[in-house]
Amino acid sequence: MFGSDPHTGFILASYAVTVITLGLVAGWIVVDHRTQKARLADLEARGVTRRSARGGDLAS
Amino acid sequence: MGMALTDLANPTRFLALVARALPWLAAATAIVMAIAFYLAFFGSPADYQQGSTVRIMYVHVPSAWLSLFCYALMAAASIGTLVWRHPLADVSAKAAAPIGAAFTFICLATGSLWGRPMWGTWWIWDARLTSQLILLLMYLGLMALWRAVDDPGRAGRAAAVLTLVGTINLPIIKFSVDWWNTLHQPASVFRLDGPTIHPSILTPLLVAAIAFTLLFVTLHLAAMRNEILRRRVRAMQMVAAQREMPAGAAPVPGE
Repeated sequence: MFGSDPHTGFILASYAVTVITLGLVAGWIVVDHRTQKARLADLEARGVTRRSARGGDLAS
Repeated sequence: MGMALTDLANPTRFLALVARALPWLAAATAIVMAIAFYLAFFGSPADYQQGSTVRIMYVHVPSAWLSLFCYALMAAASIGTLVWRHPLADVSAKAAAPIGAAFTFICLATGSLWGRPMWGTWWIWDARLTSQLILLLMYLGLMALWRAVDDPGRAGRAAAVLTLVGTINLPIIKFSVDWWNTLHQPASVFRLDGPTIHPSILTPLLVAAIAFTLLFVTLHLAAMRNEILRRRVRAMQMVAAQREMPAGAAPVPGE
């Protein structure tokens, strides 16, 4: 591969930054999805319904 | 086609489509990303000038492309917000911003890690690097704006205007290496006379670009789904708050 290259540290650091950054974004999206689903389920359990479930309106 | 676009304008149908597409997109991303990493570490030769640091290009260049593509997508969505008031346009722009910021950060960080051994410096205030840093600040500013305004509609319109103003930076980033004398090298892939890179290095680069693009699409659709759910939660919380308000109490003006 490139074990003898004098710049191996820079190469591995670049891939580490990439994997960690994209991993954090993906992880945040997964956690956010679970959070929103839990909030929706909680509101529905309390009997709160959307004004319209016909779709087409984001806030409906 | 028109029918499909009309269907996609309906958030409920959009959510159903995303639920079906996401597992396939995630699987395709994982497969192509694995191939891209294999080619980057084992399939690519060392460059005759850069040596093995050319492998940094396989994450740096796709990140740079996606940082621009993501902003261009947000600009198109902003037109959709301001002109057609498409129900998903603002959702698309808001969901794309953190992902675009991540790719811009990766572009800057990996460029710095390449620049230290190749240029002898971590950073220089060269036109390409500075305009790319401004792009990162634009993404962060837009994310802050969306968070600062409670009403998603008002926040979306304000962010759309700011996004469109910021598009002036895109041609500056792209052509900075031609307009000014920069340390950053000029374009070597998207050129009128064709790429100047040897196929043994161009192929891993293009595979990495496909992998990063698939990842972007996957993350963007997932983030859009979250944003739609967040707005539904907000609407239901407002219904709940009105229901629980004591009889005779007036809502706070502007709320």
